[in-house]
Amino acid sequence: MMKPHPKSSFRLHEFLAEKSIAAIAFVSFIFIILILIFIFRESLPLVLGKAIDDIGKVGLWRLLSLSWQPVSNSPQYGLAPLIVGSIKVTAVAVLFAFPVAIFAALYTSTFAPRFAKEIMKPAIEILAGIPSVVIGFFALTILASFFQKSLGLQYRLNAFTGGMALSLAVIPIIYTVAEDALNALPKSMREASFALGATKWETALFVLLPAATPGIFAAFLLGLGRAFGETMIVLMATGNAALLSGSLFDPVRTMSATIGAEMAEVVFGDAHYNVLFFIGVCLFVFSFTLNAVAEFIVRQRMMKRFRGTA
Amino acid sequence: MKLGKKIFGNAIVSFTGLCAFAIIGVVIFIMITIIIGGHSKMSWGFLTKMPTEGMTAGGIFPAIVGTFFLVIIMSIVGVPVGTITAIYLSEYVKEGSIIGKTIRFAVNTLAGIPSIVFGLFGLGFFIQFVGVNLDKLVSTPGQLVWGQPCILWASLTMALLTLPVVIVSVEEAIKNVPKELREASLALGATKWETIIRIVLPNSITGILTGCILAVSRGAGEVAPILFTGAAYFLPHLPTKLSDQFMELGYHVYIMSTQSTNVEETKGIQYATTLVLLLLTFCLNFSAIYLRYWMRKRAIT
Repeated sequence: MMKPHPKSSFRLHEFLAEKSIAAIAFVSFIFIILILIFIFRESLPLVLGKAIDDIGKVGLWRLLSLSWQPVSNSPQYGLAPLIVGSIKVTAVAVLFAFPVAIFAALYTSTFAPRFAKEIMKPAIEILAGIPSVVIGFFALTILASFFQKSLGLQYRLNAFTGGMALSLAVIPIIYTVAEDALNALPKSMREASFALGATKWETALFVLLPAATPGIFAAFLLGLGRAFGETMIVLMATGNAALLSGSLFDPVRTMSATIGAEMAEVVFGDAHYNVLFFIGVCLFVFSFTLNAVAEFIVRQRMMKRFRGTA
Repeated sequence: MKLGKKIFGNAIVSFTGLCAFAIIGVVIFIMITIIIGGHSKMSWGFLTKMPTEGMTAGGIFPAIVGTFFLVIIMSIVGVPVGTITAIYLSEYVKEGSIIGKTIRFAVNTLAGIPSIVFGLFGLGFFIQFVGVNLDKLVSTPGQLVWGQPCILWASLTMALLTLPVVIVSVEEAIKNVPKELREASLALGATKWETIIRIVLPNSITGILTGCILAVSRGAGEVAPILFTGAAYFLPHLPTKLSDQFMELGYHVYIMSTQSTNVEETKGIQYATTLVLLLLTFCLNFSAIYLRYWMRKRAIT
């Protein structure tokens, strides 16, 4: 007699287990969609031009004004000061953190003696684990006074101080991703370079670093995303004044800090509330795009390069 | 020429080393300044007393309790979901399949979303949508119970934020379970589900614990998501129900150092609160690092 094929023996509880596990596994995916829908939903009146404040109807065109004064007799919802603020702080943070983190990663992955590697790993993990509010507090109390005295600044809290504090939060990300990329390079690459008579630093600078470019680019993008969206550090260390100025040493207010500072005091459902959610949509879209680019283009290119198909 | 090249080479090596040690130096400097600023104020009383005299004296007991409840509720929700997602990704999904890639992409995206956006989501979804509609169903009309900031919504928001942390570390642990164990179990006639429950999960319990600790550490340190989903400046009593607001350590540091009326007078409290928060995350991270190290060592031997 023929035995039944193993696949035909249907077990109900196995089937149910798999399906319920699959359903729960989709929670992350579902919530990404929900996040997009619900922060967009709260900013919808603004997009449709139906948001209401004391004066009248508010639409997207009001975001083009040059000043941000949402709580006044004639409210202004210009995003320009906030965007400029975010760009200034992020630029300082990334321009400082990127070289430091890349060089440190180069050091630990190629030059460093064993003991230095052993110290560096936990140090980076500790730095990554320091809550951003603690870094913000450190910047507010120590860093701000230090920079004001040493650089003779007019304002204690400004874009530069905030950016430097922010770089402390960005360094671990850039370092970790870059070091992974450097360590993932095939050993043969190093050996070939040594065999051709190149020294250690020549190998590091002219062979390893170029070969790891996609990974380092990914590190840059992820660091940029983190810096742009970080809230607590900039909320505490940038002075929080929505000025439109070109100087790095003026107080600024970033997009994320604006949400953090004003959402608690806003009237639910009015134009100001809608605008804050709209800023949230912008932050979401920006970080989503950076992630997607880092994920798809960069990683795939890196894989191809290692396999020798690119 | 040769000498010049050698000097240049040495300069490069030294410079990269300088960058690395500068990072280590900054980490040590931050820890030392916070310890120096906060140690004198630290006492048993500071940890176990309520704030007094308009927050300028007394302890931070309610903030500690609030943080504790926040991370507990967060873990109860987040760790099972994260663990199950990790099981699905490593046991059920085929390498390179569309479903696996989609979920992985979602997890990575979730990890990259700014924490303030989670706060907005908590407000827009949990409070304004779930909470408000829940009130229409269960509360007396006109009364706000769930449609306002509270510890439940803050915890759920935080659970979502820390989900990727749990998933990544549980997945690593599951991968460390030797394939032979699974095959032996299947060969003895156990089904896939039985193998997962009896073999895979018990062998990756350390990883689940690590994920839980890392999530708690992250959750205890994040402030932006709870700014408007439940944290309060001062409450005379501890939270007793899920619909209560709560005080939290990180929020306490933020509010005391920026919004309080007498920032200078409360410097000691600010430093000491920061120190408590720093020590808490530091201990959690270190136990996670140690557990992971132990797990990897066991996987090799």
